[in-house]
Amino acid sequence: MSDDQARPSATERSAARAATNWAKSISRLNVSEVPDGAVNINVTGRRLTSPIQGFGKMWQKTYQVRLPAEQVSAIDLIATWKQRFPDFWPDGNRFYGPLTGIEPGEVALLNMSLPGKMKLSTGVMVLYADEESFTLMTPEGHMLAGWITFSALEVDGDTVAQAQVLMRASDPIFELGLTLGGHRQEDHFWQHTLTQLALHFDHEAEVDTQVVCVDKRRQWSRWRNVWQSSAIRSTIYTLGTPGRACKRLLKRDRPAT
Amino acid sequence: MPEAATRFEVRETSAAVRVIDITGDITAQSEDVLMDAYGRASTKGVSAVVLNFCGLDYMNSGGIGLLVTLLVRAQRQHQQVLAYGLSEHYCQIFELTRLDEAVSIHHDEAAALAAA
Repeated sequence: MSDDQARPSATERSAARAATNWAKSISRLNVSEVPDGAVNINVTGRRLTSPIQGFGKMWQKTYQVRLPAEQVSAIDLIATWKQRFPDFWPDGNRFYGPLTGIEPGEVALLNMSLPGKMKLSTGVMVLYADEESFTLMTPEGHMLAGWITFSALEVDGDTVAQAQVLMRASDPIFELGLTLGGHRQEDHFWQHTLTQLALHFDHEAEVDTQVVCVDKRRQWSRWRNVWQSSAIRSTIYTLGTPGRACKRLLKRDRPAT
Repeated sequence: MPEAATRFEVRETSAAVRVIDITGDITAQSEDVLMDAYGRASTKGVSAVVLNFCGLDYMNSGGIGLLVTLLVRAQRQHQQVLAYGLSEHYCQIFELTRLDEAVSIHHDEAAALAAA
């Protein structure tokens, strides 16, 4: 057999790369293992949502930080980012990633802090991951319908780390929340993350933020998304905590028959 | 990245329909060329834009993001977006990302043009 026959064609290589880097097709999310301390109330059984299924205006937000390429290459930066993803987040927000790490198709649970000491439980699925980027996509009920891509690129002697969000608020309540300070909070969240990522490589840098409104229209036909709102369901779950504790106590005190 | 190999060529199949033939990779770096092709395709009187993926080599998540942006631009112009020539794998990616709810997917050009 000649070398040409043994070697896969460019098309075969691309197909293999696509099969490895993209998540397998699923209709609804499934959380295989719930880590200790994580709340899984808005993820299992939910479908993924792209910006097409969202309610609010459509935004593309890009956050970038530059590091000297001699300090870290794009590939090493992404490897570290995948491995230590939650470490760079602001305090009070938890990312319960799968034990296997950021791999296509894996589902992570999120327990977030919102203004007013509100707790929100939701999740994300790893839609795509390669050596230079990875993308997380949101399920129904998440505050945002869309995805966020983390990538790194070497440009003019610098390694540019980037987080890019493409999303709409998923329902009218989250749209109102974004307008009343949610956008600012989201910007702060990713600016903090990128600052911490740069500090991990011993580099202090300003985060460059670009915000583009891709579509000013709201998709009113999607207002019903509110029924799956993770904010509402998380609040109901929190309010029910004393009741669940009492039920557990009563069960424990009841003699076994 | 082999971005230089990426080409988007526009064909006029009727007064109201344009086909964009895609060759190579679609990634976030393809934004300028893709939007330029859409600008050339989206002339007055065009009501449908058909994306021909027969020559698609590779698409990453940045590429899917670009297609969403193109779709929003087309919706603003009251244009329909159709697609054909997607491999089985990318058909599944369209389903996974729920892009198939807004882009009508067909087996070949004849079927796409008939639906346009």
